[in-house]
Amino acid sequence: MSQYLFYFLAFVSIFSALLVVTAKNPIHSVLFLIVTFFSIAGQYIILNAQFLAIVHIIVYAGAIMVLFLFVLMLLNLNKESEPVKNYLMKGIGVLAGCLLALVMVAALHKSTMSPALGIPNEDIGLVANLGKVLFKDYVVPFEVSSLLFLSAMIGAVMLGKREPKVEPVNENTN
Amino acid sequence: MKIPIEHYLLLSTVLFCIGVMGVLLRRNAIILLMCVEIMLNSVNLLMAAFSTYHGDAAGQIFVFFIMVVAAAEVAVGLALIVMIYRNFKTTDINLFNKLKW
Repeated sequence: MSQYLFYFLAFVSIFSALLVVTAKNPIHSVLFLIVTFFSIAGQYIILNAQFLAIVHIIVYAGAIMVLFLFVLMLLNLNKESEPVKNYLMKGIGVLAGCLLALVMVAALHKSTMSPALGIPNEDIGLVANLGKVLFKDYVVPFEVSSLLFLSAMIGAVMLGKREPKVEPVNENTN
Repeated sequence: MKIPIEHYLLLSTVLFCIGVMGVLLRRNAIILLMCVEIMLNSVNLLMAAFSTYHGDAAGQIFVFFIMVVAAAEVAVGLALIVMIYRNFKTTDINLFNKLKW
């Protein structure tokens, strides 16, 4: 059962990722990206990583996609205004991507996976288990990531702020 | 647990290469950010798969941290794009390839 679900979700994610790249309208790209993210969340559920699935849906489909849609609407880019590259550059781009895929698949084909050490714990991805690991072994990176968020927030606000108009010096000469 | 790990490897490779192709093909800066998100997600999926197959929780913690970094990256990147749009009235990356004026 989960096998068929895996192949179905893999097909959906690859197909919608291709549509993200090829869609003319940026709004359609965002919508297909949401489909991709939901199928990846389904993959996490198949892997028995419920915490990651929930966090993935909240962060990506809830926050990041809203940001993308908001910026697209704000900048009024929801029309097919993108100038097309010439076909030579497009062909070279597709060729480069396919060659990268070929190289990676060939490298993975030659490699051998080391077997799992011992019997893997099935409920490792549950919230209780992950919370224990996160707050016992990874407390310092957790706090550092909060600092990263703070600096990113300050940076985004500073960048997004409208620069004040420079007042002309000789304004009140009359 | 019957899905072989090689299939996860293949799926992640294909998703990553689609993201690379998108970065190479498109010229809209917002769509470039979306393709970067696809690449990050393919790596996340592979790391979660290895973590589950080897019974090590550290991989899933790292996926969590990658999500944190991705969220911060998107916030700063979109702020940059809004600022660039305010100056250039476009998000075409070929117009600001010099990053000068």
